[in-house]
Amino acid sequence: MVSPSYYLTLSAILFGLGVIGFLFKRNIITLFMSIELMLNAVNLAFVTFSRQWGELSGQVYVFFVIIVAAAEAAVGLAIILLLARNRQTLNVERINLLKL
Amino acid sequence: MTEGHLQTYVPLLIHMLVAMGLAGALLLASRWVGPRRPSRAKLQAYECGIPPLGDAREPFAVKFYLVAIAFILFDAETMFLFPWAYAFRDLGWFGFGAIGIFILFLAAGDIYLWKKGVFDWNR
Amino acid sequence: MLPAATDYYRLLPEILAAVFGTIVMLLEPFLRREHKAALSWLGMLGAAAALGAAVLVRSDAGPAFFHLIQADPFTFFLRLLIYATALLVMLAARAYLDRENLPHGEFYALVLLGSVGMGVMAAAAELVTVFIGLEISSLSTYILASYRREALRANESALKYFLLGSFATAFFLFGVALVYGATGTARLEQVAEGVASVLLLKLGLALVFIGLAFKVASAPFHVWTPDVYEGAPAPVTALLSTAPKAAAFAVLLRIAGTVLPATLLWFWVLWGSAALTMFVGNLAALVQSNVKRMLAYSSIAHAGYILVALAAGTEAAYAAALYYLAAYALMKLGAFTLVAHLAGRGERRLTLEDYAGLARREPVVAATLSLYLLSLLGLPLTAGFLGKFYVFVAGLRAELLGLVVLAAVNTLLGAYYYLRVILYMYFREPDPTYEHAAREPVPAGTGLVLAATAAGTLLLGIFPGHLMRIAELAAASFR
Repeated sequence: MVSPSYYLTLSAILFGLGVIGFLFKRNIITLFMSIELMLNAVNLAFVTFSRQWGELSGQVYVFFVIIVAAAEAAVGLAIILLLARNRQTLNVERINLLKL
Repeated sequence: MTEGHLQTYVPLLIHMLVAMGLAGALLLASRWVGPRRPSRAKLQAYECGIPPLGDAREPFAVKFYLVAIAFILFDAETMFLFPWAYAFRDLGWFGFGAIGIFILFLAAGDIYLWKKGVFDWNR
Repeated sequence: MLPAATDYYRLLPEILAAVFGTIVMLLEPFLRREHKAALSWLGMLGAAAALGAAVLVRSDAGPAFFHLIQADPFTFFLRLLIYATALLVMLAARAYLDRENLPHGEFYALVLLGSVGMGVMAAAAELVTVFIGLEISSLSTYILASYRREALRANESALKYFLLGSFATAFFLFGVALVYGATGTARLEQVAEGVASVLLLKLGLALVFIGLAFKVASAPFHVWTPDVYEGAPAPVTALLSTAPKAAAFAVLLRIAGTVLPATLLWFWVLWGSAALTMFVGNLAALVQSNVKRMLAYSSIAHAGYILVALAAGTEAAYAAALYYLAAYALMKLGAFTLVAHLAGRGERRLTLEDYAGLARREPVVAATLSLYLLSLLGLPLTAGFLGKFYVFVAGLRAELLGLVVLAAVNTLLGAYYYLRVILYMYFREPDPTYEHAAREPVPAGTGLVLAATAAGTLLLGIFPGHLMRIAELAAASFR
């Protein structure tokens, strides 16, 4: 059996990659995928901890995270679609997202 | 973790190497052995036998996206049916009722989409 | 091990709101266009039913669904706040949706379903349940924020809200995973017991805080707030700035109240965040000429005052925070509803200039808005004053002199921009070249909401006793 710490390290790396992708990319779809990556990193952590504690609830949590990620994807894509349609362009990179 | 445990993965590694090697070898072999006589028709993109029209990156109509978005949701929700099916006997009528309510809510969403005309292709 | 009838009973308000929300959604495509506005009655009935159920369930406090849910006086207080807010938002929204020519059914359905999520957050005694509630409420509010579909600015702000919101939720969730890893449970009562790795627990709780800090719009996680509050339809802004914020504060309060390591770990974080949030909100509000945006920054500042109470961390401070949340919800609901009405079709009249000389044209409306603004400022005899008073006293009792002094300084800063609006309304002659819209009469629903919130602001300011007792009972739930 591979030690859990490897999985946890992988999970942390994936989560970190998601954060970096979110902060440094400019394409909206990429930002969106970064968030999905972060959620899946969480799933890996949940499953690993569940195994470590010998307790099943961690794996049940994963179900809910996947469902929520799907619902989030649906809402997010709908909003992106709306914006793309109103802008008359599918090039979502041009949206001035970071104006404060 | 010890060396011994990693050995479990050795067959998998061999399998991967063989698969990659075979695929590469076949591609290279066809390149060396086969004759190459390019013509206009052969260089066209393959579109299931139909002559390709226009750009491949043509934007899709919005209704396709709507169906795709709805699909993501219903596809993922199906996941809850598997644990229920697995524990079907233990959960008994309670589980049946619970999953029934769950599907009822899904059906409500489906009816809403239907009446809104998301699945109406001729709109 | 199956749930019993009491489990469902203790979750009855949320179940009712979910069923009503679904029915509203389902009926919408079946009704003819001219009948769709009538769905507002069904929506309001749903919120009223949830309110009634909350009162009914009140006597039967206890855990439900294997300790995932906790129905106690604390949950009761927040359910009252959340469903009453949903009810008032729907009451005021009907005229707005008619004016802006926006679809009715989905709005009421989303408000109800969103309030289900907030109710679950308030009642949750386990972190993954909190997460699910958080997502139900967030997904509804993301859609509501983009409700004006053809307004480009609204689309952009909704997208920003969605992306940053999901980003923050991912942090929250990773925090939950780490807490689960450190303790082997996500149930708040058990989190403090049997900690395998203190470092993991601390890291997890820190990430959980980041996720929630985003939802309550506290600095430095507030950057989305002004744009989203400005871009969203005004009734949605009224909702966004009250109920989801209260629900996120509820989670913060429950964690701080039940998980001792969190209380200790979060103290300086709360202290710093409170100070920063108050200053960021108030200083930015000073320079705004758009009233809706100014109120958005003022919401940030108010989150800072509530964080002062959380930093104090005593039972009295938690009661004060709850009281503040209720008072704040009343004034913000009223203020944004009034702004929605005055902005006119397409929400075009939002600048200070549009408010010049309002007192002469519409004395009652101007007086009502002044009441909200004075309450937001914290003038005696208003709910806002007592909210601040309780928070400051609790802060002093907890020996947070520095933070309370900062909060007092911020109250003075706030006075400038609240009073400026009042000055414009009463003493500023409107620019003769500026063309004012022909004033519309206040619609009945909007009028009712304004009357209710104005009366509430005054009543809570003069007779705070009853609500404060409920808040004290609620805060005692964590003992």
